[in-house]
Amino acid sequence: MNNLVIMPILIPLITGLLMVAFRRKAVVQRFLSVVALGATGAVSLVLMVQIKDSGIQTLQLGGWEAPFGVSMVADMFSGMLLLTTSIVSLLCLVFAFYSIGKEREAHYFYPLYLFLITGVNGSFLTGDMFNLFVCFEVMLISSYVLISLGGTGIQLRESIKYVLINILSSFLFLVAIAYLYAATGTLNMAHLSERVAEAGQNGILTAIAILFLIVFSLKAGLFLFFWLPGSYSAPPTAIAAIFAALLTKVGIYSIIRIFTLIFYHEPHITHLIIGIMAAVTMLLGAIGAVAYWDIKKILTYNVIVGVGLIMAGLASNSTVGLTGSMYYLIHDIIIKALIFLIGGTVITLAGTSKLKYISGLIQTYPFLGWMFFIAALSLAGIPPLSGFIGKVFITEGTFEAGFLWLGAIGLITSLMVLYSVMKIFLNGFWGDSYLDEEKKGEVKGILFPLAILTLLTIGLGVGAEGIYSYAELAIESLMNPLLYIEAVFGRG
Amino acid sequence: METIMSILIGVLFAIGTYLVLTKSLLRIILGTSVISHGVNLLILIMGGVKTGGPPLLGLDALSFTDALPQALILTAIVISFATTALFLVLSYRAYKVLGTDDTEQMRGNENE
Repeated sequence: MNNLVIMPILIPLITGLLMVAFRRKAVVQRFLSVVALGATGAVSLVLMVQIKDSGIQTLQLGGWEAPFGVSMVADMFSGMLLLTTSIVSLLCLVFAFYSIGKEREAHYFYPLYLFLITGVNGSFLTGDMFNLFVCFEVMLISSYVLISLGGTGIQLRESIKYVLINILSSFLFLVAIAYLYAATGTLNMAHLSERVAEAGQNGILTAIAILFLIVFSLKAGLFLFFWLPGSYSAPPTAIAAIFAALLTKVGIYSIIRIFTLIFYHEPHITHLIIGIMAAVTMLLGAIGAVAYWDIKKILTYNVIVGVGLIMAGLASNSTVGLTGSMYYLIHDIIIKALIFLIGGTVITLAGTSKLKYISGLIQTYPFLGWMFFIAALSLAGIPPLSGFIGKVFITEGTFEAGFLWLGAIGLITSLMVLYSVMKIFLNGFWGDSYLDEEKKGEVKGILFPLAILTLLTIGLGVGAEGIYSYAELAIESLMNPLLYIEAVFGRG
Repeated sequence: METIMSILIGVLFAIGTYLVLTKSLLRIILGTSVISHGVNLLILIMGGVKTGGPPLLGLDALSFTDALPQALILTAIVISFATTALFLVLSYRAYKVLGTDDTEQMRGNENE
C-alpha cells in the first residue's frame, strides 16, 4: 500500500477543479497548472525510485483488498510513462502560454488540459479493466472539448468525426468488458491474468482479446487510423501536439499491458495479428507521409508510422523487442510533441501549411530550423539520437522472432519517414526567404520548450545507457506477469 | 430470459448501427444512444439475471445476485449521458457554423 500511487491522478484533477473558479484570471490558471504538472512530475520521480528500490507499488482504494476493490498499480513501465507524460505536458503547456490565445484561456483551456492529463495518468496507473474504461473516458471527454474549443469550421467538422468514432469504440470497449466479465467473472487485471492462465486461453477468450485489440487499435491509430489525420490537424498547435504525444500512446500502453499481462498465451494468433496490423500501419502511414505536401498531413501520418513501429516490438513477443518498444514509446512521446510544436510554429510564421508556399525560414529563424533538423533525424532514427536505440532493439526483436518481413518493413518505412521530414526541411527551411521583414513573427518564448524537448531527445539518445536499469525493470515486470500479480495481491 | 434479452440487444444494436450510418447528424446521435442502451443491457445480463437474494450482509439466502454489473452500468450510463449531451451541443454548433447537418455536405477540404 502506497498512497503516492494515486497522486498523479488526484493532483491534476483537484487543481483543475479549483481552476474553474479562476476563469477570468489567466495568470493564476497558468501558475496553478505549472505547479500541478510539476508536482505530478516530482511524484512520478519519487514513485520510480520507490519502484526501483522495493518493487511494484500498489494501492487498494478504500482498503478493499484485491480483487474486490479497485487496485492502482505502478510498475516501472507506468512510472516511466508517467514521468515522460509530466515533462512533455509541462512543456506543451509552456508553449500554450505563448500561442493559445486569450479566448481559449478564458474558456477553460487549462482545466481541460489538466483533466486530459488526469485521464492519461489514470490509464497508466489503473489495475482494473473497468477503471481503465473510466480513465479513458475522462481523457476522451476532455479531448472532445479541447479539439472543438474555439469552434472554427474545420474544428467542428473534424471533432464530430472524432467524437463519433470514439463514442462507438467506447461502446465496443464496454461490450468487450461485459464479455470478459461473463467469461472470467472478474475485472481486476491481476486476477484476470491468474484466471486466464488457470483456465487456459481458449477460443472465446482469444476472441475477446481480439475485440479488445480492435477497441485499443481505434484509440491508438493502429491500422484503424482513418480518423486520425483529420482530427489531429484541426486543433491549434499546442493541443495537436499533446494529442499526438499522448492520446495514441494511451491506446498503445493498453495494448501492451493486456497482451503481456492477460492474453499472452496464444501469441501465434494474437501477436501475429498485431504484427500484421503493425506492418500495414507502418506502410500506409509512410505512404501518406511521403505523398502529402502539407506540413500538418505529413506530421500526422508520421504519428501513425510511430504507432506501427512500437507495435512491431510487441508483436515479436521477446525481451529485446519489448525493450525496443519501451524505448521507442518514450522517445515517440517526446519527439511527436517536439515535431508538432515546431511544425505548428512554422505554419503560424509562414501563414500556410502548404510546403510549396514556404521557403527559407532558416535565414530568419536559425534555431527553429536546426531544432527541426535534429528532431527530423531523431524521428528517422539516426544515431546517436533517441529514435535510434528503440529502432535497433525493435528490429532485432522482430528478426529474433522470425518476423523478417516486419523488421524489413520497419527499416524501409524509416527511410520513407526520413524522406518525408527532410522534404519539410529542404522546402520549408532552405532556399530563398519569402518573408517580409515586418511580417516577422516573435518566437522567443516559444523557443524555450522546444529547446528543452530537443535536449531531451539528444539526452535520451546519448544517455540511453543511464536509463537502462529502469527500462530493464520495466521489461522484467512486463515479461513476467507473476511479479505484477504478486504485487497486487500483496504476496510478494 | 437471457435469450430474449440477447435478441433484444441484437435488435437494438442493429437499429443503432442503421441510424449511425444515416446522413443526418441528429439520427447519428440517436443511433449512438440506442447502441448505448444495447450495451447497458448486455452488461446487465452478463452477470446473469437474478439468481438469488440481494447481496446484503445478514440476509439468509443460499445464493446471491451479482451486484457488480449494476454498478458498472450506473457508471456507463452517466458517461454515455455526458457524451451524448456534449455530442448534441457540438452538432448544434456545427449546424450553425457549417450551415448543414448533412454529413455528405460536410465532406471536402473547405475551411482547411
